[in-house]
Amino acid sequence: MEPVHLLIAIIIVAFAASPLPLLLQRCGRGYAALAAALVMAACLTVLAPLVAPVMGGTTLLASFAWLPDWGLALSFRLDGLSLMFSLLILGIGLLVTLYAYYYLPKHDTLGRFYTLLLLFMAAMLGVVLSENLLLLVVFWEITSLSSFLLISYKRESHESRLAARIAFAVTGGGGLALFAGVLLLGHIAGSFELTQVLAAGEHIRNHDLYAPMLILVLLGAFTKSAQFPFHFWLPQAMAAPTPVSAYLHSATMVKAGVFLLARLHPALAGSELWFWVVSGTGAITLVYAAYIAFYRYDFKGLLAYSTISHLGLITLLFGLDTRLSAVAGVFHIINHAIFKASLFMAAGIVDHECGTRDMRRVNGLFKFMPVTATLAIVAAGSMAGVPLLNGFLSKEMFFAETVGHPVFDEMRWLLPAFATLAGILAVGYSARFIHDVFFNGEPIDLPRQPHEPPRWMRAPVEVLVVLCLLVGIFPQWSIAPILHVAASAVLQQELPAFHLAVWHGFNAPFLMSLVALGGGITLYALRHPLYAFYERLPSVHASIVFERFHNGLAGFSAALVNRLDNASLQRYLALFFTFVLALGGWAWFSAPASPLPVVTQPADAASIVALLMLALAAAGVVVLHRQRLAAIVFASVIGLIVALTFVRFSAPDLALTQLAVEVVSIVLLLLALHYLPPASPAEDSMQRIMRDAALASAAGVGLGAAAYAMLTSPFETISNFYLAQSVPGGGGSNAVNVILVDFRGFDTLGEITVLAMVGLAAHALLDKLILQAPTHDADGRLWARERHPLFLQMLMRPLLPLALMVSVFIFLRGHNLPGGGFVAGLVTGVALILQYLASGIGFAAARLPQRLPLFLAAGLAAAAGIGALSWLFGFPFLTTAHGHITLPLIGEIELASALVFDLGVYLVVVSVVLMVLAELGKLSLYHEEKT
Amino acid sequence: MEALLSSAIGILTACGVFLILRARTFSLVLGLTLLSYAVNLFLFASGRLQMGVPPLIRNGAAYTDPLPQALVLTAIVIGFGMTAYLVMLALRALAESGNDHVDVKEKL
Repeated sequence: MEPVHLLIAIIIVAFAASPLPLLLQRCGRGYAALAAALVMAACLTVLAPLVAPVMGGTTLLASFAWLPDWGLALSFRLDGLSLMFSLLILGIGLLVTLYAYYYLPKHDTLGRFYTLLLLFMAAMLGVVLSENLLLLVVFWEITSLSSFLLISYKRESHESRLAARIAFAVTGGGGLALFAGVLLLGHIAGSFELTQVLAAGEHIRNHDLYAPMLILVLLGAFTKSAQFPFHFWLPQAMAAPTPVSAYLHSATMVKAGVFLLARLHPALAGSELWFWVVSGTGAITLVYAAYIAFYRYDFKGLLAYSTISHLGLITLLFGLDTRLSAVAGVFHIINHAIFKASLFMAAGIVDHECGTRDMRRVNGLFKFMPVTATLAIVAAGSMAGVPLLNGFLSKEMFFAETVGHPVFDEMRWLLPAFATLAGILAVGYSARFIHDVFFNGEPIDLPRQPHEPPRWMRAPVEVLVVLCLLVGIFPQWSIAPILHVAASAVLQQELPAFHLAVWHGFNAPFLMSLVALGGGITLYALRHPLYAFYERLPSVHASIVFERFHNGLAGFSAALVNRLDNASLQRYLALFFTFVLALGGWAWFSAPASPLPVVTQPADAASIVALLMLALAAAGVVVLHRQRLAAIVFASVIGLIVALTFVRFSAPDLALTQLAVEVVSIVLLLLALHYLPPASPAEDSMQRIMRDAALASAAGVGLGAAAYAMLTSPFETISNFYLAQSVPGGGGSNAVNVILVDFRGFDTLGEITVLAMVGLAAHALLDKLILQAPTHDADGRLWARERHPLFLQMLMRPLLPLALMVSVFIFLRGHNLPGGGFVAGLVTGVALILQYLASGIGFAAARLPQRLPLFLAAGLAAAAGIGALSWLFGFPFLTTAHGHITLPLIGEIELASALVFDLGVYLVVVSVVLMVLAELGKLSLYHEEKT
Repeated sequence: MEALLSSAIGILTACGVFLILRARTFSLVLGLTLLSYAVNLFLFASGRLQMGVPPLIRNGAAYTDPLPQALVLTAIVIGFGMTAYLVMLALRALAESGNDHVDVKEKL
């Protein structure tokens, strides 16, 4: 396989295999752990053939277009820096997998844990292997998300959930800032590909948007790497299980921030702004966190603050912005990952064996677990910067860089003094960790009797501590090659000469180390008065502050929503109409003057009479709307006039449909009115009525004016195609029907689907509904005893076959003359409903098909099926075919496949009308049974 | 003629909006019906008012615009569907809450 394909394969394997532990956990927790370990081993195996070329100085690139218009590509990059990080992620991942198997309780089947861990690992690999910056942001967000899930792994614990929320709010928010920063960076550099961005450093630094872009990117990096003042999420995140802390919060995720500083170093560094912001933040974090760490009595918290402090050190190194300081930064990333992961694991062992992490109780463990104690002491020594351990080497490089830094020319003592202070504090808290936990008398009241952990639980710690020693004693042999390629990848240029060795002679950095060691031990010796002093300081807990802030924000939005949303439909509608009016008015008055109006047609007497009747009827509805029956009568008058309007202006199809719908609607409203109160109470204030009247008048004037403006503007039809193609293309001379069932058949299919949903909703809403029907009408008279007058029954029964024949006729002729599936369906529906009304639901229900939804489905299937049939002949969906046949008596009819479509429409309409009205009718059936 | 139809649209809109703003479900249904009439007429009018020229293809005659008619036809049927749905919703709300106020719960 090509190397570039291997590069992509790593990411694919990592993501695709992440659910494996979840699937395998039913076989036993060991299988889940094994699956996770195998996935990591597989990634390492895929990576293995790529190591040699990268160590030789090559940068491997692999790219696949994803959304090229947006500059987003699936492109990956393997150079020294990403190789070093990949090895850390996979190597420590393997150790953590082994460790977690022993650490987590036996009843945990581990599937969820390992799947989340693999997901995180995959995302982290994505971050370090991305060549495209947008892709990097995507992976970055996945690390925040999976870290959220890992911190809250103990779902039942409030503390864990809160910690996860804090971590997510901070790192997720930083991720958004980073996203914005990356968008700016891509805009400045003209590409989101790292190769181009890294080469454009000069251009980027001189760009006007450099400062905002840099701040946004740094926000992302600083939140992720827990830099002051965003550091507070990391100590909270210690609520996570210790394997998670060892992996995410020491070795990998928190390193993503400093990774970004290293990755973008050639593009962003080299300006004053970079120097002051990055080194300033790093320096404050370094000393502040070390100071706090010294006072923690929870040893995991001590390690967390120490991590923050070391991350500050790395940030400071990148901020100092000399070539050698960047090398030292990379070196310290490796060293810190190694010793801190082992320390966390050792701390986890102690916690696991003692049941508490309080150093005021956990004392004198050396004699209970001498091996673990020795390992932890060595690792803590590395943390303190004791010679012969790896931490010493990078700290020594750091001290060397602070001495004689070019920027602090006049105050050349300041930076080294500051560095030494940080060194003293680091030795102090390391001493506290070692002395308090493993010596310092006897353990006090421990929940469990401590002893050595299982053999293989300790193994990962042993591996890491051996690495500490190897790097610390034989740096040139062990770490120099990878450090060399990684640092070259960071700087993107020739490395300065440097030599890794334990002994550089008696120089300033060595002196600073000695001062730090001596000072730190002195500091620890003076601890009791210092603790007493610290105890008296007011304490601020980040979690409480965050919780308060969070609750305040949530309360504020809840109050705001309550103010705006009083659950009053009337208010929403009034606001809605006001808004529409404002928008319409704005459009109306800001429109350019219209061209000369066209000549209008003269009004005739009949039309004027019709308008007057319409106005009267509308006024009647409004005035009498509280007398509901009267309002229905007036409304039906309006419906009739509208139908007549359609007749008058050449729309026979519309008139037919309007009439049929009118009849069905009136029946529907009357049925509903049987249950609804017969009258509305007079409850509106005068003020409310005036307001609504004003709104309504404005809306009426607005739409009327719009209609007039439209009617008097020049007209150009877009329908010539339909008119020309109706007969030759659609096989029907009724252009409206042909449009419905053929040209725009897809719309119609959608429409009958909506109707079908109304039919189903009838069942859902009204089935088994119990409503109290009134026994008296509004004027106190009893409802008629005779529900189904004989006269009506006798009239309606012979009418049914006639009505059905009419509907068949309307249906068949619909393609050529006014009619069609909609009208025919409504006519059939009305005819059947009349039987219900005349003879009662019991009579009609016994004679009508019971399974109306089946007809509904058949109708939809017919319409969609005939459309899909055209696929078989290689035509697009809903293509029609047609021919002529001659029927006796009726004459020649056009037989188009659209007829089947129309049949589907017919069936749906009939079923829906019957379903709605029959469900309403059944309510009265219930009533009949009761009385 | 154009002014007449525009007035009709305006009147129906005004009455419809006023009824929609009332507090009872039944008025809301009526108002929506009136507003549908107005909107259907408006849509229909976008094909302009022509008399005696239905879009039935015969030899060489003039035709009115069939497209707005097709749109309005579906709008009428969908309008019925919506009215039916609203009525059923109103009945359901009545059964659940015992009143026909649009906000379901009775205002004090």
